[in-house]
Amino acid sequence: MSKNLVVRFAGEGGQGVVGGSELMASAAAESGYHVLTFATYPSQIKGGPAWGQARISSEPILTPGDSLDVLVCQNEYAYDANLPELSDQGIIVYNSQEFQIEHPRALALPTDDMAREAGNARAGTIVMIGAVAKAVGFSLEALETFITARWDRGRPGDAAIIEGNIKALHLGAAAADESGFEIAQVDPPVQESQSRERILIRGYEAACLGAMAAGLDVFIGYPISPATTMLTYMETNLNGDDKFVGQASSEIESIAALIGSGFAGKKTMTSTAGPGLSLMGEGLGLAWMSEIPLVVADVQRGGPATGLPTKTEQSDLIMAMNPGHGDMSLPVIAPGNVEEAFWATAKAVNWSERYQGPVILLTEMSVAERAQDIERPDTSLVSQESRIISDGSVENRRYEGDGVSPFPVPGGPGAYVANGSEHDEQGDTTHLADVHIQMTERRFAKLKTLNDGTYESENQSASIAIMPWGGSKGSGRGAWLELMEEGTDIGWYYTMYLNPLPEELLAELQTKEKVLVPELNYMGQFAGHLRQLGVAAETINQYTGLPWRISDLKEEIKGHLG
Amino acid sequence: MAKRNPSYDFKWCPGCGDFGVKRAIEMALTARASEKQERIENSVIVAGIGCSGNLVHLQEGPQPFGIHGIHGRTLPIAYGTKSANPDLNVLVVSGDGDFLSIGGEHIAPQARRNLDITVVVMDNGIYGLTKGQASPTTDLDEVTPTTKYGKLDDRMNPLMVYLGGGARFVVSELSTRIRPLQQAIQDAMEYPGFSIVHVQSPCTTYNDTYAALKGDEENGIKPLAQPIPETHDASDYFQALALAAQPGIPVGVLYKADDTVPAHDRLTEAKQTAGIGNTDIEKLFDGMVI
Repeated sequence: MSKNLVVRFAGEGGQGVVGGSELMASAAAESGYHVLTFATYPSQIKGGPAWGQARISSEPILTPGDSLDVLVCQNEYAYDANLPELSDQGIIVYNSQEFQIEHPRALALPTDDMAREAGNARAGTIVMIGAVAKAVGFSLEALETFITARWDRGRPGDAAIIEGNIKALHLGAAAADESGFEIAQVDPPVQESQSRERILIRGYEAACLGAMAAGLDVFIGYPISPATTMLTYMETNLNGDDKFVGQASSEIESIAALIGSGFAGKKTMTSTAGPGLSLMGEGLGLAWMSEIPLVVADVQRGGPATGLPTKTEQSDLIMAMNPGHGDMSLPVIAPGNVEEAFWATAKAVNWSERYQGPVILLTEMSVAERAQDIERPDTSLVSQESRIISDGSVENRRYEGDGVSPFPVPGGPGAYVANGSEHDEQGDTTHLADVHIQMTERRFAKLKTLNDGTYESENQSASIAIMPWGGSKGSGRGAWLELMEEGTDIGWYYTMYLNPLPEELLAELQTKEKVLVPELNYMGQFAGHLRQLGVAAETINQYTGLPWRISDLKEEIKGHLG
Repeated sequence: MAKRNPSYDFKWCPGCGDFGVKRAIEMALTARASEKQERIENSVIVAGIGCSGNLVHLQEGPQPFGIHGIHGRTLPIAYGTKSANPDLNVLVVSGDGDFLSIGGEHIAPQARRNLDITVVVMDNGIYGLTKGQASPTTDLDEVTPTTKYGKLDDRMNPLMVYLGGGARFVVSELSTRIRPLQQAIQDAMEYPGFSIVHVQSPCTTYNDTYAALKGDEENGIKPLAQPIPETHDASDYFQALALAAQPGIPVGVLYKADDTVPAHDRLTEAKQTAGIGNTDIEKLFDGMVI
């Protein structure tokens, strides 16, 4: 028995490799296991190397997994490319009508013929799932139940498809049974005493629901990988007479439209990726300058320009904090996993309302696209903060004072000009030095209201600490736990509030001899930021377009301990 | 309403066409508020960057709300404001550089949505605020600081752009005709759809076209601006296109589509047809329960 099982389906885009892994994960979740999925695919609809994997465990899961227990291959390229990641005891299941291999632990399945025999020519992936299920000792009944629910869509052909799929499942299982291949079975799921039920949810869904729970009114976006899923989720699910969801013509339109909506008194948000955030730079400056609340979710992908649209990276941090010209410092909240995506996005909406300005929700492909089982969020714990509305008593003095001031809403009293040029308290343009000094300081002073960021800290007495951010939290945590178990004295720090950093956290970090920052970028962006703040931060970086493996990260950390 | 900041330091040059446009807008907004018995704070002026955009700070009398954004983005800002609250009266003020050059990409998308807003474009055929560079509506062969051989690009015909983009109500006016301009702006605000009032608003410093627009009959110079003949049927799209394609500046209502369903009505109707109620977050979570 083992605690974990990692199954990867590899092939070409369009061959159901992502769907296959998700089906395994969903069925396992239904059976009470913890699950986490991860996929990588090229930026095209059909073809190109793609894989999806499911990690199934009797314990809570931190990462997609370091090595593969089962590798399902649709073609020879998938076999060659993914074989190095197969564990010593791992097995291979492959489509022998596509290619032939010599491997002691490979199960050859003529999946095309078997699918036809089952009565559904498209059920090749299901045949393979059946074989995997048998080899790992997984309940076929749970998969049958799941298949029935998944294809029962109220259409005439449903029954035949379900029957064919179930038959395909059993044909695959029988073939595996005959082969005699087995792999260590996963421990049965632990019956944890849960105060709340569990849900299977993707990162982007959690983020959208967090924003809705905080009272989001308007969502306007433009399609871009890997952030489009948020736009389409909002199009489907943000409904109501006073709600508005729109598709803009560009990210320049998205950000300008958010400013228009925020100016009109609404809670607004968009989703984008690096290229879109680049285009939003000037607009975000306008929101900062004219003090308009809004939230931009940046789902990071790889590289500058078009880069790696469907891969994961953490290389937008510097831009997120300062996406445009001039003096500004945008609040940035970066969730580390699916559960945090819900709370982080709710907080982003609340922060934008509280300090009356733009907030960046900085997430990444590997968190946004991942499906994970989490405790169902208790929405009664989400606060709904709203900007203070002007009652007109400070008529014409929208920008009065050195902190947040009442917000006049068009249609109500207190007409003023929301101005992107430097302005006086009435919103009128001015170039006077003393006014520019006062207004610049006012805009930065408002950030002080964002003082409720929380953080994690463990083994604080250690002089060396590790502090990952965003989606590197899981692998960072995994590496830290293993190092501690091995007797290494190292501290753990983590926050999703990257800017402004919780003050006490910063003070603690400043006392450390060394703070190691694992992050997925070349420049060591967060480590550099921490150094500017007086922390002895060292970067540990990777820029493969993929998340960290715990084992790789652990070795890197060891190299920095010397 | 309190008087605006007396130290406000922006001024237009003496004789600038924008003064006439400003006056017409003030009168149109005040008249609309009084006729419709609504607060002037229900109106929002979305201003672009350039001499024209400063109009939002120079409004005298009762004050509407204003937003003075970044260069070229008046239309998407207006899209957000109007979509967020369709009850607001949204008026865009922009210039030929702001609206037709850097902001040109936004015209067709908002026209096709039939966003129920009114746009007033002050066209002086030049970049005034940056001191006289060529704009899309600068004439061919004109020498400016950025066209040392004379302008090599053809002059844009903005009216054709609007009609081609799908605007439902297009008026061509002159800044000197304050009363008719006021009426045109009021009609455009009243029209349920995407309306543009394109105004010839000469720049006395860098591109003084007053004389050319008016002509000099005694010396045999025909006026560039010609009233649209009474025989013109403004509800006929092809007549509007033909008129817009002619040389010179037509003055009056070029196009006014009879059929117009504004963006927010389209959405309301679609929502009703689909019968989708308010978001129920708990129900969304229910569907994810393992």
